[in-house]
Formats: sequence, C-alpha cells, structure tokens
Amino acid sequence: MLSFENIHTHYGKIEALHGISLNVNEGEIVTLIGANGAGKTTLLMTLCGDPRASSGKVMFRGEDITHKPTADIMRSGIAVVPEGRRIFPGLTVTENLHMGGFFTPKEDFYKTLDYVFELFPRLKERQSQRGGTMSGGEQQMLAIGRALMSHPKLLLLDEPSLGLAPIIINQIFDTISQLREEGMTIFLVEQNANQALKLADRGYVLENGKVVMEDTGANLLVNEDVRKAYLGG
Amino acid sequence: MRSNLSSAFFAAGVTFILAFPLLGLQLTTEGVSLILASSSATTLSYVAIGVLAVFFVQLFKEQILGQLSKVKPKPGTISNLLPAEENRAKLVKPGVLFVVVVALLWPFMMERGATDLATLVLIYIMLGLGLNIVVGLAGLLDLGYVAFYAVGAYTYALLAENLGWSFWACLPLGGLLAALFGFVLGFPVLRLRGDYLAIVTLGFGEIIRILLNNLTELTNGPNGIGGIPKPTLPAIQTEPDVSIIGLEFSRRASEGNVPFHEFFGISYDPAMKVVFLYLLALVLVFFTLYVIRRLMRMPVGRAWEALREDEIACRSLGLNRTAIKLSAFTIGAAFAGFAGCFFAARQGFINPESFVFKESVIILAIVVLGGMGSQIGVILAAILITILPELAREFQEYRELMFGLMMVLMMIWSPQGLLPMKRPHIELKQE
Repeated sequence: MLSFENIHTHYGKIEALHGISLNVNEGEIVTLIGANGAGKTTLLMTLCGDPRASSGKVMFRGEDITHKPTADIMRSGIAVVPEGRRIFPGLTVTENLHMGGFFTPKEDFYKTLDYVFELFPRLKERQSQRGGTMSGGEQQMLAIGRALMSHPKLLLLDEPSLGLAPIIINQIFDTISQLREEGMTIFLVEQNANQALKLADRGYVLENGKVVMEDTGANLLVNEDVRKAYLGG
Repeated sequence: MRSNLSSAFFAAGVTFILAFPLLGLQLTTEGVSLILASSSATTLSYVAIGVLAVFFVQLFKEQILGQLSKVKPKPGTISNLLPAEENRAKLVKPGVLFVVVVALLWPFMMERGATDLATLVLIYIMLGLGLNIVVGLAGLLDLGYVAFYAVGAYTYALLAENLGWSFWACLPLGGLLAALFGFVLGFPVLRLRGDYLAIVTLGFGEIIRILLNNLTELTNGPNGIGGIPKPTLPAIQTEPDVSIIGLEFSRRASEGNVPFHEFFGISYDPAMKVVFLYLLALVLVFFTLYVIRRLMRMPVGRAWEALREDEIACRSLGLNRTAIKLSAFTIGAAFAGFAGCFFAARQGFINPESFVFKESVIILAIVVLGGMGSQIGVILAAILITILPELAREFQEYRELMFGLMMVLMMIWSPQGLLPMKRPHIELKQE
C-alpha cells in the first residue's frame, strides 16, 4: 500500500535519511522504532512532503506521491496524528473534529462523527469543551479522532504515547488494535518499543537514518540487539 | 526592592533623556545664528517632576499595581458587567434589537455633530471588523491595512471624477479592487510569519501611500482629489417614464438626478445629508457584521482560526494554508475597500494624508483593544478609540499622550482586550 524506495532526505546540507526502503501492506500495523534523532519523524514528514525527499520515491496505492503538494497528499487517504498531538487548543472538541473532516462530504461527515464518538466516548462527553483544556490523554484521543474524520486508508501515528500515563497508553494502543480489526492500515512511529512491537505485525528499526533491522513484531521483541538497545536489556 | 531600585533609575533615566532635550532645551535665533538656550524654570521643573514621578512609580510598582488590582475586576473587565453566561443567550436578541433601534434613531435624537462623529465611528467599526478577520481570526499581523482602505477610497474618487460613475457602482468595485490588492499582496507574504509578515505589510502600506503621492497625473498627488460626489439614494421614478434615478441630498441636483426634498415634496434641510450618510454607514456596518458572522460559522472561518492556532496541524489535515491565508487577506481587504469607498464619498475630498501608517495602527489598536476575534469587542473599541480623542479635544496637543495612556491602562487592566473572544487562545504546555 505504502512504500518508500531508497529515500534520501536532507535538512539543508545535512542528510537525515540515508536511503530508506520500507513498505506497509494493506491492513497491517507496521511500527518504526528508533532512538531520538534516528529519523523516524523525518521519514513520516517526508511522506507528507515536508521536507521533500531529495531522492527516492514514495508510493502510495500505486501512485508516486513524492512530489505532490502536501495538501494533496493529505487529502489522498492518508491521515497523520502528529507528534505532540497538535490539536487546536482554542477550538472545541467538535470544531477540532470538524477541521479533521474538512474535506469529508457532508453526508458522511455525521456518520464519521458518530463513529469517532463511539470509539472515544470521552470525546462525546466533552464535545463543547476547548481542546486545550483537556488532559493529555483526551487530547491524544482527539488527535486520533480528528485524523479519522477524513476516512483515511492509512493512518500515521507519530509517538501517540508521548507523555501519557501507562494506563492511558494502554487505552490508546487498544484503540489502535481495534482500528486494525476494522481494516485500517496503520504506520506507527514509536519510542515505546515494547508496546509498539507487541501490537505490530511487522517492525523496522531505524538508526542514524538507516533501516538496520526488519522483522515481524514478535521476532523483534525477542531479538537480543533490540532488547538491549530499546527495551532496557 | 533592589531590582526595583535599578529599574526605577533606568526608567527615570530614559524619561530624562526623552524629556530634557525636547522640553528643556530651546533653539532661539540671535541675529542670524541659532543658539541653544535652556527653557524657563517652570518647564524645567515640570521635567524634574515628571522624572521623579516615573522614578517613584517604578520604585513602588508592586504596591501601586496591587492597589490597582483591588479595583481591577477579574480578566475581561466588561465581561463582568454583562449578565451571567447562561443568561446571555436569552438577552442577545433583545440586546441586539435595542442596539439596532438606538443606532437607527440616533441621528434623529442627536445634533449634527454627534451624528457626524457616529458616522466616523461606523467607518472605523467597518475597518476594525475587516482587519479582525486578518489579525484576530487568521492571526496574520497586518500593519498595512490602510492601503486597502486607500484603494477603496481612490477607486471611487477616480472613477467618479474621470468617468462619472455613481457611488453604488463604485462600492462593490472598490471592495473588489481592494480584494484584488489583498490577493496580490497575499502571494509574496504567504511564506512569512509573525514579525516578518508585519514588516512586509507595513512596507506595502507605505508603497501605496507613496504611489498615491507621486502618481501626480492620476491621483493629483498630495493635493488630493476634491469634489467627490456624495452618495445618492436610488429611487424609482414613475414619470415621465419608469426609471431608476439617484436622489441627491443637496439643494440642487446634478444632471440626471433629483434632489431628495423635491422628490418627496418636503422643504430642504442640510442636516438630511448627514443623516443619510450616517444611515448608509449603518447599513454598510450591518452588512459587514452579517457577512463576517456568516463566514465565521462557515468552514472557512473555522479554518482561519485553526490556522492561527496551529499551522502544522492544519497542514496535516490536508488544508492548503496558502488558500486559507489568501482568503483571509482578500476578504479582509474587501471590507477595507468598502469602508474606503464610503469614506471618500463622505469626505468629498481625499488625499494620501488620510492613509498614513497611523491609521493602520489605530485600526490595529481597535482590533487588539477589542479582544482579538471578538466582534462586539471590536465595535466597543472602535467607539472608544474614535470618541475619546474627540472628547479630549480640549487637551489639544496632549491628545496623543492620552491615547497612549489609555492603551497602557487597557493592557494592564484587561490584556485580552475589552471583550475577549468567547474562546481565548490557550497555549498548550507540551509541544
């Protein structure tokens, strides 16, 4: 469904990604783990077109999207839950969701809204509350809900567990697996390797802008090197 | 106390540096040469008193502000005077009705001067509401808004003078042209943010003014354009044949038009013109209010706000920030164009002096004082900012000083503006 073919990305003169090839098949959860500065977010942002890949190709559903404008990429069935949630603090929950469904046709819109409220009953309770006044976990739910509003085929999650309490993290990961059961394809970028790998069908390990390992989630979870580097021995 | 003392010395020093050369020294002529002399002892003592006052205010800042905050109601001064939030919804309709009725009856209850002033207030309300889209909603700091105002005004002035077009034909055109300028300006500034955007728009404002000053053949330069016809009231004539004519509010009408008093068979009253201009401005303000309220409720309005709050999140949702910024700029500019068109018609004479940077600042002050994004706040602030200097006319050269003082006090009292928008901007702690 999604594939990166030998992607190189630069920030100015500094090369952040040194030829990354990676693919995500329809209906699976693929996770990307790596330390700070390994290039996880950069890879995700390259997919979104900001920054652009300096060479290589990003293919999504058989289409080359490497050079498409960001706005077009984000409307073509990809939704991203950005790092740090980035909900609109001054807008209410409903308005935030409205922004997510900006390009969703009106007939589908309310159906999707109901679906999101069903997925996160908490959001329904707080419909008219401002996004910025909610707890971190609720904001993360809102960010995911907002992304779902556009009916994505592929959901990109950038560190959804960032700064959340373990119990909330569990909830979020439960939701992610529920989404998979409903047929969503998910690309999960995580520092929380343990939980991400448990959930994922396959995983990639990124180090200094290169993919150093690729295997099923279960295999990576028991891999000696991965355990040492990311799972605390 | 220690840090207070140093800041008090610093502030007093700045006051001295600012005040002493300006007030304490005088250039006088002696024969053919200029000599520098010290001012009279009274002026010097005023300077000394001023410096001392600044010193002590800075020194006892906490105590003074503490006293002030006792008087100070909770954030959003005016909000507290209003009824409780839950009752407000019920009161909105009668409240709006009351304001509309008062606004409509105003010219008939007040004398000419008050009506004239009210018309000026209405122009500033229109400008404030327009800029509110750009600054308050979309969060794009525009310091050259007056340029669009000028475009609107010159559109009408030039078309009326050269082609004899009527006010009603020029009004939409003025808005359109201003919108076009907004669109054109929008393109280069799209990639800029915050301070950089402010500087570019500031430059644009100056470009327009300097152009108007120097395109002497077209705009008559600093001498301006005079004799701009007043707006007419369209009416349907039944004889000799059915046609639309313009009613003029002067004693005698120009070619093709009929004086208002003759049409209705009443006696001529020069005050009618003022009343008509006021009512026309009122209609334009209501139109502006209505359109902008609708826009705010439409997806595009929400997109403006979302863009102000988080540009990256907006992009992640597939929104085209270029299009959103452009639409805010363009629509905001269009309302300045309308206001400018009306301004030209009301004044009858315009020159580039009406469109200086200070005007931009005043309009921006209206938006900021009113509470970014809040329409009622903008209206209140426009009334305040236009009327206070008029009331303070007796103070003559100290008017500017009072204006500044008012701003400082406002920002201490209610930093979010008079009536902050219902949903104030909240910063997220985590990034």
